[in-house]
Amino acid sequence: MQLLEILKESLPSLTTGILVTIRISIISLILAFILGIILGIFTISKSKILNAISTVYIYIIRGTPLMVQAYFIYFGIAPLIAQRSDPMVCAIIAITLNASAYMSEIFRAGIQAIDIGQMEASRSLGLGYFKTMQKVILPQAIKIMIPSIINQFIITIKDTSILSVISIRELTASGQIIVARNFKPLETYAAVALMYLVLITLLTLLSKYIERRLHRGHKSV
Amino acid sequence: MYINFILLYFLDMKGDIKMKKKSIIGLVLSAVMAFGVLAGCQKADASKEDASKKYIIACDSKYAPFSFEEGGKYKGIDVELLEAIAKAEGFEYELKPMDFSAIIPGLTSNQLDGAIAGMSITEERKKALDFSEGYFESGLSIVANAKNSSLNGLNDLNGKSAAIKKGTAGSQFAEDNQSKYSLKLNYFDDSPTMFLDVENGNSDFLLEDYPVIAYKIKVDGSSKLKIAGDKLSSVDYGFAVNKGKNAELLKKFNDGLKKLKENGEYDKIVGQYIGK
Repeated sequence: MQLLEILKESLPSLTTGILVTIRISIISLILAFILGIILGIFTISKSKILNAISTVYIYIIRGTPLMVQAYFIYFGIAPLIAQRSDPMVCAIIAITLNASAYMSEIFRAGIQAIDIGQMEASRSLGLGYFKTMQKVILPQAIKIMIPSIINQFIITIKDTSILSVISIRELTASGQIIVARNFKPLETYAAVALMYLVLITLLTLLSKYIERRLHRGHKSV
Repeated sequence: MYINFILLYFLDMKGDIKMKKKSIIGLVLSAVMAFGVLAGCQKADASKEDASKKYIIACDSKYAPFSFEEGGKYKGIDVELLEAIAKAEGFEYELKPMDFSAIIPGLTSNQLDGAIAGMSITEERKKALDFSEGYFESGLSIVANAKNSSLNGLNDLNGKSAAIKKGTAGSQFAEDNQSKYSLKLNYFDDSPTMFLDVENGNSDFLLEDYPVIAYKIKVDGSSKLKIAGDKLSSVDYGFAVNKGKNAELLKKFNDGLKKLKENGEYDKIVGQYIGK
């Protein structure tokens, strides 16, 4: 019964925490999705300049840990730009940049998985490059990319726990603060883990639903 | 163990042994070899245990002047007091620097035997831990940005934002008084980032133990921070162990501390950093 007491006391704080986690995740992932598509197009484009931009960006972002990026943005860059910076804004920027680098590689792989014959056939029928992308290539590519995209979403949601170092009071940080008061890490962190589990399982169920709808009438291994 | 190698060598010589038999013998030999290595390790550990218990003692990974890293080595009041006491009392220990918020959970789960980490002795903590005699007298100070002329003491805290370190006495004070002063609380994992946030102007003030801020201002030279008002409280730092465990370690600490205070070594160690 003591376990329930602990959980009852902790629940308001943990709920506040998970709402922060969800908020950062949703905003960042939407922005990262858009940025990822743009970068993916840059990478496969024929222009050397666009290639260079996206390649350098991906090298840097994938080559440094998220925690270092968060420290750098909030404690390093933000003070140079603004008198006072909101840690939330810095957190969203850090997660967006981080996720977009990985997303762009997913998009690139998805698009390049489509046989070149599709592009050739479509172009020879008179459709322009971007029209082909929009009507022929991307619809097929998205179906392939969904599992990888959801995978990245899940990784990013869990990565938000790193933001506690720049004073974001998300779910994990809320757990730490509670443990500092009640000295009961086992029960408290079990509750934290459970909340992450529920959140991510809901996302996984959503992805399975989307995949089922997309693959209707389509046989595969 | 070497017998295994010799046997394997002879096995190779007899080329006409069938592959299957060879591989079975090889597997058995490697299993025996692995077992032998493990057994050997066990024996070494056991003999060490008999000789003297090596305590695992934690300190804060970044909490100048009590424990901090310089030139690849850890030093500071906590680190050096512990070293001197261990020498005086004749016990061995392994120092484990870590984030403060991990120390108390480490103690209560018995992964740590003791901790010396600028930890204030509070009634709350006494419920879960046993403390030594106080080894340092301290107290909380309000610290604000040096350029902030409007924040000079307890009365100026209304509606301000506080940078606090998780699990500390400072965060306890801030949480207890949060509604009274309508404070916004920003939690950090360590002292350096907590200080940085006030220096950068993202938080209005922080709560820190007096000796830490005194040392920082002394070391920084041109100071970006200032102490606002008088000490908020007076509290002792203690060496902590899990409640009911390691009583002999606690006693050794108390005895050693007394010896150091008597022979002047305590004043020498503390004076190095605080210059009192």
